[in-house]
Amino acid sequence: MFDWGFTLALVTNGVLIGLMYSLIALGFVLVYKATDAINFAQGEFVMLAGFIITGMLLLAGAPFWLSVPVAVLGMVAFGFGLERVVLRPLIGRPIIAVIMATIGLATVLRGAAPLFFGAETQALPLPIPDEPIVLGPFSLPPGQVVGALLSLGFLAAFSWFFLKSRMGVAMRAVADNQQVAMAMGINVERYFAIAWGMAGIVAALGGLAWGALLGVDVHLALVGLKVFPVVILGGLDSVLGAIVGGLIVGIVENLAAGYLDPLVGGGTKDFAPYVLMILMLMIRPYGIFGKRRIERV
Amino acid sequence: MFHRESGYYKTSYAADMALYPLPIARWTVAAVALATCIAPFVLHEYYVSILNLIMVATVGALGLNILVGYTGQISIGHAAFMSVGAYTAANLAVRLDLPFWVTLPAGGLMAAAIGAIVGIPSLRIKGLYLAIATLAGQLIIEWTINHVPWISGGAQASIEVPRPTLFGTQLKTQFQLYWFLLFFAVLAIVGTLNLVRSRIGRAFIAIRDQDIAAEIIGINIFRYKLLAFAISSFYAGVTGVLYTYYLGIANYEQFQIVTSIDYLAMIIIGGLGSILGSIFGAIFVTLLPIVIRLGMENWGSFLFGDADIRNLIPNLRLILFGGLIILFLVLEPEGLNRLWRNIRSYFRVWPFSY
Repeated sequence: MFDWGFTLALVTNGVLIGLMYSLIALGFVLVYKATDAINFAQGEFVMLAGFIITGMLLLAGAPFWLSVPVAVLGMVAFGFGLERVVLRPLIGRPIIAVIMATIGLATVLRGAAPLFFGAETQALPLPIPDEPIVLGPFSLPPGQVVGALLSLGFLAAFSWFFLKSRMGVAMRAVADNQQVAMAMGINVERYFAIAWGMAGIVAALGGLAWGALLGVDVHLALVGLKVFPVVILGGLDSVLGAIVGGLIVGIVENLAAGYLDPLVGGGTKDFAPYVLMILMLMIRPYGIFGKRRIERV
Repeated sequence: MFHRESGYYKTSYAADMALYPLPIARWTVAAVALATCIAPFVLHEYYVSILNLIMVATVGALGLNILVGYTGQISIGHAAFMSVGAYTAANLAVRLDLPFWVTLPAGGLMAAAIGAIVGIPSLRIKGLYLAIATLAGQLIIEWTINHVPWISGGAQASIEVPRPTLFGTQLKTQFQLYWFLLFFAVLAIVGTLNLVRSRIGRAFIAIRDQDIAAEIIGINIFRYKLLAFAISSFYAGVTGVLYTYYLGIANYEQFQIVTSIDYLAMIIIGGLGSILGSIFGAIFVTLLPIVIRLGMENWGSFLFGDADIRNLIPNLRLILFGGLIILFLVLEPEGLNRLWRNIRSYFRVWPFSY
């Protein structure tokens, strides 16, 4: 007997969670698209943003409308600084150098954040009512709806940015070919910094949404591990891909948790997206929407 | 014997390929060998146990360096290969009661097989994609071990393993384990030294430097990349087995992604593509938490309260650890090995540097 209501609930939840994954993945895609650098510290960015928001709310006693902009500005400054100090000297170096630098950065953040903000899990209450939003047969938790809406908002904003704005077009040029972009008078290094700053904005709002869902502590950084299946499935350099990949991962992991967990005893939620990702890597490594770069190995 | 030279004067390939290019290298190696033989007799058992950990780490770092430093591939899942070796050996030792000289190669071979499978994507993808594929390998292997009681022995996924027996005596003390581990560490060092001078090692280096050019001069990339993964995973598997025998227990918590990153840090801090660097890195990364703990316990009270120190130590380790990775990458990409070479070449022509 197939339970449609149960499946529907799993899928709805998967869609919401998936859009929240997309929110984190967007930051990753932005940086990769513009600078070809891989940010293994995206989860830690989100954690840091969550810590800044709760730090402002609880430690400094600031109101909510002030805490979030401070977190956004703080993360932008962090992104700029990081690009300047760590990433810029690594331009032109082998890919493992960049990967290891961001892994090192992740380690530093995971060690440093609890020292400044405390090791306990801090709740991050959103200033919205707690009751689930009921839409016909669906009942949606408001925190996740906010996260999903933020994600869709960013999709719209970035689509406009990359297609219409002068800065966005320049950034696409940089992503396409750095040397040609340089020859056309685009300040490539400036756009690298801007990309990292934008990743900071996305991470700040990701920290808000995820912090409200899970509470803010060091384990918040673990959502970063979900970024990889999302971006590989969707395509590393595609904003739309981040959204679609997020949806796929969210739905698949919820269905796996609902139907496979009782059979094998739990944990498939973290496992299924990676199996899917391996299959994708074998068949179509550039993802669903990624640019097909012909690179023979 | 103690003459000074003013340059490289090699006139034959044999001289170029010699393990000890200079007489003084032979003396240094002899001095280090002597020191390692005397050390366990004069040091306290605690320090011997640290040396043991360093030797286990050396084997793993050498293996990872063959893959990352010499072949230019990347693996963020090396700890998973160690766990494959560890659980293979543990199951063989407990269920079939096999001695270590069977379980050790068996663990290594099993890890090599799994490593080669995880390495298959390296034939189609490289760089970032390979990093993520090996990361997936790590998570999938970890999950499998944790969720299949037939492998993991059920409760808390850990298996108690009897210590290895040699000539009828069971190696229980740190002193006895020292010689056991030293044998394998030296074997791994000499093995790697010879591997990278051989045809295979040269092929690895060629693939790292320019894979298309390597293919054109007739290197079978398919074979050598898989071989690099297999050899590297073999070392990792042996590391896992050695560590299991050292601890007396096989536990997946010792082989999580953090451990993979520890080993990557070893070869980056020590020096990519260098055997001495792997040893330096293993020493450095193993000693770092110990030095931090000692330092904080002895001098931390000047700066912090007593209760804070205990919370501070693990965080401080993470900060220093990550910070050092970044510092070495930005400032000295060739690692400790390069620093050592700089010092050495400075003194080599000293005082007549012209």
